[in-house]
Amino acid sequence: MTVKEEGRQQIDPNTLTVVPLRHPWRLTAVVLVVVGVLLIVRSAIFNPNFQWPVVATYLFNPLIMNGLGQTISLTFIVMVLAIVGGTIAALMMLSPSKLLSIPAMAFVWLFRGTPALVQLILWYNLSLVIKNFSLWIPGYGTVFSVSTNDVMTPMVAAVVALSLHESGYMAEIVRGGLKSVNRGQGEAAACLGMSPGLSLRRIILPQAMRMIIPPTGNETINLLKTTSLVSIIAVGDLLYSAQSIYARTFETMPLLLVVTFWYLAVVSVMSVAQYYLERYYSRDETRHQGGALALVWKNVFRFRKNEVVA
Amino acid sequence: MNTVATHHSRFGVAPTTMVYAAGIRKSYGNLQVLKGVDLTVPVGSVACIIGPSGSGKSTFLRCINHLEEINGGLLLVDGDFVGYRLEDNKLHELPPSAICKRRAEIGMVFQQFNLFPHLTVLENLIEAPIRVRKEPAAKATAKAMALLDRVGLADKRHAFPKQLSGGQQQRVAIARALAMSPKVLLFDEPTSALDPELVGEVLEVMKDLAKEGITMIVVTHEIGFAREVADQLIFMDGGIVVESGDPRKMIASPKSPRTKEFLARVL
Repeated sequence: MTVKEEGRQQIDPNTLTVVPLRHPWRLTAVVLVVVGVLLIVRSAIFNPNFQWPVVATYLFNPLIMNGLGQTISLTFIVMVLAIVGGTIAALMMLSPSKLLSIPAMAFVWLFRGTPALVQLILWYNLSLVIKNFSLWIPGYGTVFSVSTNDVMTPMVAAVVALSLHESGYMAEIVRGGLKSVNRGQGEAAACLGMSPGLSLRRIILPQAMRMIIPPTGNETINLLKTTSLVSIIAVGDLLYSAQSIYARTFETMPLLLVVTFWYLAVVSVMSVAQYYLERYYSRDETRHQGGALALVWKNVFRFRKNEVVA
Repeated sequence: MNTVATHHSRFGVAPTTMVYAAGIRKSYGNLQVLKGVDLTVPVGSVACIIGPSGSGKSTFLRCINHLEEINGGLLLVDGDFVGYRLEDNKLHELPPSAICKRRAEIGMVFQQFNLFPHLTVLENLIEAPIRVRKEPAAKATAKAMALLDRVGLADKRHAFPKQLSGGQQQRVAIARALAMSPKVLLFDEPTSALDPELVGEVLEVMKDLAKEGITMIVVTHEIGFAREVADQLIFMDGGIVVESGDPRKMIASPKSPRTKEFLARVL
């Protein structure tokens, strides 16, 4: 058998080039998606029923602004309460005492297992079962008493229901974060004479934060959207304000677009905040490469994955 | 100022003893890990504990600073109990805050280093002196820099633990323990998690400490280190001290056949 030699000419290895593999199906898919997106955008722009000028007039309407303020402050209050409540529940769940851990687990089971909407309506109607809240000291008598109907305003019912619901989720997130920290960290802190509280504050929690921040950010974003449920019990949030306007003017679609715009705007701001918070808590991990926006920009207009260049 | 009581005389222990252990017992459920361990470590001396894994040597070390509670026996560090207060011939359990004060005097170096990954090297060293001892930051920093200089890592003060090699991390861990000026230093297999080529740099630091007269109890597999540095060598197996004595003599001519067998395998 003879070896067939193809050509006699010597090849300089440095002149060799690689011809990239073509991806015809990928190209087809890209074309289909681009055409689809263009059609949707065209319909949105040229269909007069969207009433874009009406959207523009209501975008900064005082009633809408007031609703947006309510939505944001409700989210903020509920999230703060949920973080406090969730952390307490998580610490109780991790306690060696069953008398602390079992009630905390029952709390999480109860409030994470029921829909937020059901809890909202339930708390709003609390006066059906409990007529009054009163403090009564034996031998002294009633110190004070208030009617449930006076206390359980729509806003209070919303705060109570949503923060209990959210606490259940936060408890699980905090517990997972605390458990992710190596046991040796607590022991090392103890050996340096740190008290359990100091060790939790300075050593365990800062490390647990890395695991806690990303899901908490997601929860906050989720909560912002969940607060739209409170329109059911007549809290004047963003959705309720829009509804109250289109109930009069019948400009349903433009007002829902206004609502959509504001939710998206707030969520976008929160996502950026979450990015920087995450980066702060993993400051020993990251060698920072440019800003968040530069990263997004670089990835949006990329057709192929970065390939390893030999 | 000195609130630590000295019970040496009441138990007939020499006043120059740093760690005194007699008949230490420890069980996990039905499993008895320590079956009566005796050890006396005089001030300024180095004790090395060797033995096969599962012999209870690490558990014993963790009993000394009360990371594990003992089930029986007498354990005194610098003449006092670590987790208890002696009153009317009864041992009263101390609250966590009081145990912490006692633990701050007993330094510990772990096999897995256990540096705080979210703090820089310098922050690792000054955290406890500032928060626990309430030292002013400037003073704590100056002391930390001197210690880092001593372990040869002053230039790494702003690095995070993850950016250091295992040997460098362990040297920082030793400096961190020293930053609390402990009366005794416990080492729990300090070189077992290291690449062989990095073991030497950690042992060098430990040898220097021994020369300076720091009381040390070292659980180790480094027989060479034990022979060179230790004042007494303890061989543990099955939860008891099988043999103890002068390291050179013991390594050259072990009395117990069990010791002989173990040394033959590790040498």
